[in-house]
Amino acid sequence: MHGLANPARFLRMARWLMPLMLVPGFILAFGAVAWGLFMVPPDRLMGDTVRILFIHVPSAWLGMAGWSTIAIASLVELVWRHPLAGIAARAAAVPGAAFTAICLATGSIWARPTWGTWWVWDGRLTSFLILLFLYFGYIALAGAAQRDAAAGEGASRITAIFGLVGAVNIPIINRSVVWWNSLHQPPSITAGKSSIDGTFLWPLLIAAVGFTLIFGGVVIARMRMLLADIQTEARLRRKAMA
Amino acid sequence: MSSIKPKHQRLVLIVFALVALVGAGLLAAYALKNQAAYFYAPSELAAKPPETGRAIRLGGMVERGSIKTMPDGVTINFLVSDGKAKVPVRFTGITPELFVEGSGVVAEGRMAGTTFVADNLLAKHDEKYVPREMKNMTTAEAKAVIAETK
Repeated sequence: MHGLANPARFLRMARWLMPLMLVPGFILAFGAVAWGLFMVPPDRLMGDTVRILFIHVPSAWLGMAGWSTIAIASLVELVWRHPLAGIAARAAAVPGAAFTAICLATGSIWARPTWGTWWVWDGRLTSFLILLFLYFGYIALAGAAQRDAAAGEGASRITAIFGLVGAVNIPIINRSVVWWNSLHQPPSITAGKSSIDGTFLWPLLIAAVGFTLIFGGVVIARMRMLLADIQTEARLRRKAMA
Repeated sequence: MSSIKPKHQRLVLIVFALVALVGAGLLAAYALKNQAAYFYAPSELAAKPPETGRAIRLGGMVERGSIKTMPDGVTINFLVSDGKAKVPVRFTGITPELFVEGSGVVAEGRMAGTTFVADNLLAKHDEKYVPREMKNMTTAEAKAVIAETK
């Protein structure tokens, strides 16, 4: 792990790791979504609307995985002062927020024909909307910390603490349909068991792997960008001094 | 004490802070247990009846064979059950596509005597996703298949 602490070594690795994740990621995601859209039979109750499952569910997983990445990287930044951890956390915020927004949008579109409403304030939907707002707050805070370089490590540490505190929402999202009566149905996939038939489950799992690879590739791309930004700023500052 | 490495000190501090934070979150969620519920189940309504006229939501399963259409053609009566209690519901309007007998429903409205008068119906489906096996099944056959997958 500390071998990667050297940004130069990380950048060398990122150059080939990024296409290695993005290319198969796009192939798997597009393939699985096409499979889900055109090849699976309609659901017994929902009919064709079930096809949105293959985008909605992977987005939900990645919206939550994004914040989990932020929380773990923030912990590593705070405890071990790993120089790349803070950058990894910041890089995960935008793709995480994007998947969260996709999940909310597709969920809303799906809810209209199935439940009979675009939106309800039940536990699951509300806690997931809060996740999106947490992402917005995190992105704003990280941006402010980066601009205010004079604040130094302190500002970066506040961002990391916010990343850790926000993780409290993740188990709440997960348990919301179990703890409280909600309009959203309980989880379909629980430890080793699935109430999703195999015809739907396989394209769903492949879509999840594909979207996860895309997520990973985007995080690495954003880490490269953030490192380049830091380098440029340092160079400009040195020039201004001279 | 000075022999403790700073990074271990930070780790212990953060783990303590996280445990306290998650504990606080769980306590808050537990305290919210009743307020955060989206609807009342029929047995909860029976145990603690709300004042007549207050807007509430009632959720449960639509009892099989209980949907009766009134002579006006748009008003329906049905029973909502949670296995322990049943509440009769009246609704006038267009029902969502997934509103079927034996499936979940959330009704928004108020109690009027012993009957729940709904202004709006929301369908609540279960967590099962099963393909429609045969396209040219009759409604009765389809219902049988649906019953099997419960």
